Amino acid sequence: MNLTLKVWRQNGPTDKGQFKTYEARDISSDASFLEMLDIVNEGLESKGEEPIGFESDCREGICGVCGMVVNGAAHHSTPRATLCQVHMREFKDGDTVTLEPFRSKAFPVLKDLIVDRSAFDRVITAGGYISVRAGSAPDAHVTPIPKVLSDRSMDAAACIGCGACVAACPNAAAMLFTGAKVTHLNLLPQGQPERYKRVQAMVEQLEHEGFGHCSNHQECVRACPKGVPLDVISLMNRDFIGAQFKLRS
Amino acid sequence: MEYKLESGAPSGPIQTAWDRHRFDIKVVNPANKRKYRVLVVGTGLAGASAAASLGELGYDVQAFCYQDSARRAHSIAAQGGINAAKNYQNDGDSVWRLFYDTVKGGDYRSREANVYRLAQVANNIIDQSVAQGVPFAREYGGLLANRSFGGALVSRTFYARGQTGQQLLLGAYQSLMAQVNAGTVKVIPRTEMLDLVVVDGKARGIITRNLVTGKLESWAGDAVVLATGGYANVYYLSTNAMGSNVTASWRASKRGALFANPAYTQIHPTCIPSHGDYQSKLTLMSESLRNDGRVWVPRNKADAWDEGAHKVGRRPEDIPEKERYYYLEERYPTFGNLVPRDVASRAAKVVCDNGQGIAYEGRGVYLDFADAIGRLGENTVRERYGNLFEMYQRITGDDPYKTPMKIYPAPHYTMGGLWVDYNLMSTVPGLFVIGEANFSDHGANRLGASALMQGLADGYFVLPYTIGHYLAKKGAQPKDTSLPEFAATATETKERLNKLLTINGRRSVDDFHRSLGKVMIDKVGMARNAEGLKSALAEVREIREEFWQNVSVPGNDNGLNQSLEKAGRVADFLEFAEVKIHDALNRQESCGGHFREEHQTGEGEAQRNDEDYAYVAAWEYTGPGNEPRLHKEHLKFDYVALTQRSYK
Ligand SMILES: Cc1cc2nc3c(=O)[nH]c(=O)nc-3n(C[C@H](O)[C@H](O)[C@H](O)COP(=O)(O)OP(=O)(O)OC[C@H]3O[C@@H](n4cnc5c(N)ncnc54)[C@H](O)[C@@H]3O)c2cc1C
Ligand code: FES
Repeated sequence: MNLTLKVWRQNGPTDKGQFKTYEARDISSDASFLEMLDIVNEGLESKGEEPIGFESDCREGICGVCGMVVNGAAHHSTPRATLCQVHMREFKDGDTVTLEPFRSKAFPVLKDLIVDRSAFDRVITAGGYISVRAGSAPDAHVTPIPKVLSDRSMDAAACIGCGACVAACPNAAAMLFTGAKVTHLNLLPQGQPERYKRVQAMVEQLEHEGFGHCSNHQECVRACPKGVPLDVISLMNRDFIGAQFKLRS
Repeated sequence: MEYKLESGAPSGPIQTAWDRHRFDIKVVNPANKRKYRVLVVGTGLAGASAAASLGELGYDVQAFCYQDSARRAHSIAAQGGINAAKNYQNDGDSVWRLFYDTVKGGDYRSREANVYRLAQVANNIIDQSVAQGVPFAREYGGLLANRSFGGALVSRTFYARGQTGQQLLLGAYQSLMAQVNAGTVKVIPRTEMLDLVVVDGKARGIITRNLVTGKLESWAGDAVVLATGGYANVYYLSTNAMGSNVTASWRASKRGALFANPAYTQIHPTCIPSHGDYQSKLTLMSESLRNDGRVWVPRNKADAWDEGAHKVGRRPEDIPEKERYYYLEERYPTFGNLVPRDVASRAAKVVCDNGQGIAYEGRGVYLDFADAIGRLGENTVRERYGNLFEMYQRITGDDPYKTPMKIYPAPHYTMGGLWVDYNLMSTVPGLFVIGEANFSDHGANRLGASALMQGLADGYFVLPYTIGHYLAKKGAQPKDTSLPEFAATATETKERLNKLLTINGRRSVDDFHRSLGKVMIDKVGMARNAEGLKSALAEVREIREEFWQNVSVPGNDNGLNQSLEKAGRVADFLEFAEVKIHDALNRQESCGGHFREEHQTGEGEAQRNDEDYAYVAAWEYTGPGNEPRLHKEHLKFDYVALTQRSYK
């Protein structure tokens, strides 16, 4: 198939940036979306032109690096898929496809479709962990954990940190990302000692980074490639309110 | 140069060797630890766990990775699980059994003392991970669940759905970020190590390129730890992440670190076949599929169905039972579809070489669930493999409930790596190597669920002690990047980047990488012979020569330039490939993942030669274009008796 691509090109963080048009020719419907971009890029490179900057590493939906907005949807509209999992059989010959970076104040564009998501790392650094020195852990079976609880924790832990939730949110909030980590750890017995300190520190960091507030649009859950459930946000909010009392007393 | 390849493993009973060693080695005074700076390159399971643990001990740590976040290292993609001899299932597992299985599985080409230690500390990894909040699968009683994996006779594999690597890495990453918060560790992402700085014969620093600004930087420390992963991308198509590379190891090798057993590569039997020349990487399908799927190809070549060449044979559903060749079941009646990875991969290659293959260019075989669905019902099959079937359908567009899956082997894991002693130190003093980047524990073949175990064992429980011995002996050094060695190494790096940018050729970097990969998989892949290897050497040289004359690397080096990043990595693969071929040529036996066609039994099975080849082949770089020099570490087996593997 042949496609027309409208691609956001921006040379660096301070460049203004603009859309440019490219043709993708003779693309197999079995190719992945990123392989289609590879083909376009190889064409550009062999002409000595700079390829379109985009990131990918695992290409199987787990590292979380490959996000961009395709035809207005974070990671494209395919449900529960990262962009690297989208294949060209979802497109038709002659389609025009628009490619933009994940846009948000907290994610500055570095080049073309590549953004800086280091704000996420700083949110984790603020408290997204259980403090346990290597060598100090008790036997793994000391604390049995009910399967339902452990499964719910895992549902939240499945977050890949891609940032689609932020890109999809009209307020550019990072509630699903942060709620997922808070829920993963705060549900587990091991996470209890630092439960309130954790949520307090992480939410404060969100503010510093310039993420927006949640007004319950729920676009984040629709865009999430991993199906992280909405209730992680309510759990985080509950613990955050709890923290205001607990930490004071 | 002269190298004495001594492991330094303590003599005496293997069961107490690690305890005695820990007692015998030097310890850094706690008050002095912060005076020592350790540079950790790589934040996968090995690097993140090491950097976090060193930080907890009080060292001054700087950790580097090329991704935008430490959490995205290639370890994230591991699916199946991690082994430990907890014996929670009461099925007779023990440290001894895990040790024995690993030495045997590695086809008797690993160091006994290292493997024993690995089996010993594996249990601590599970404890550590659970304490960090890793949500391993649990039973209804709330205790941890296990499964049996990769043909093991006991259930010792811990898992977190199909995302074990992700959950373990997040555990290590979170501990790492906790140390960032505590101020002991600095994480420096989007930064690629391009060379090692050696001062007076010791590793004292690294040269990196900031992948956003293009700036070359020098970093000085008291020791350098490489945790940079494996080299499977020398094949271009592999299950590794796009950016996985050999650059850090190869650069270190050019500075004096011997490269051990580069010929050893694991080619995993169940991956989704390539779809066309545009294929950019291969996707692993879990090994567990072979528990219920039956592997076959058409008996008649005319029925083979090659989409790429539009050679339409017969649809699999239309081929009657007696015209199907269930080659694993016929050749290995006892193990059938469950033969080990290397055996299954080679058998697939044999039938495809014989023209019976299916899929693109005839490089695929069927993995059929029709019988399992008939026997167990679709629901049970869905319960067991539903997520894998969905993943397969998403990639291929085919529905495995209705038509057989197509699979083909793909390069997956590399057992070879930089040579290290029992302390995980390379032949360059002060340069430590951990995780997939070293050669240490898997011999010629790795068992399923053992790489995660080794990476975390190295990082949490071995390196943090052994590095102290080196540091305490040396005393803290000034962190001085103004030494002439830094400037000299940085200049060399700069010149190389400039050269890549000024060739202005016509072929893309990927195109060269693809050519290299084709030679490597055809001639240095699942089966190798002297003639093929010799021609591969010549072909790789040709590709390399053309690369340096005709590669196109647009843009410049003072900003984000992905073509330049890739070009540097491919340039290193083109050099590294040669030493890999030399190693394969030198090893005139078949063992584990290394199959020399000249050395097989009458029935086509691998034939080891313990008399002449029970050694680690460690290669010394001897200058551009020169043949590498072989050094040997002879392997002694005091505890495990060497036997021929048989799966008939
Ligand atoms: C699809 C797949 C599934 C797997 N499943 C399993 C499984 O179920 N069980 C199991 O035990 N094993 C499994 N493995 C193998 C296992 O995942 C790896 O061997 C292991 O994770 C390697 O970890 P590592 O820490 O050594 O390196 P990696 O995770 O590869 O990390 C390498 C790190 O080095 C950095 N780096 C590399 N080069 C440079 C450079 N030049 N400069 C700066 N940084 C650099 C990277 O940024 C990264 O942080 C699987 C592998 C694959 C591909
Ligand atoms: S490239 Fe890793 S999630 Fe897409």
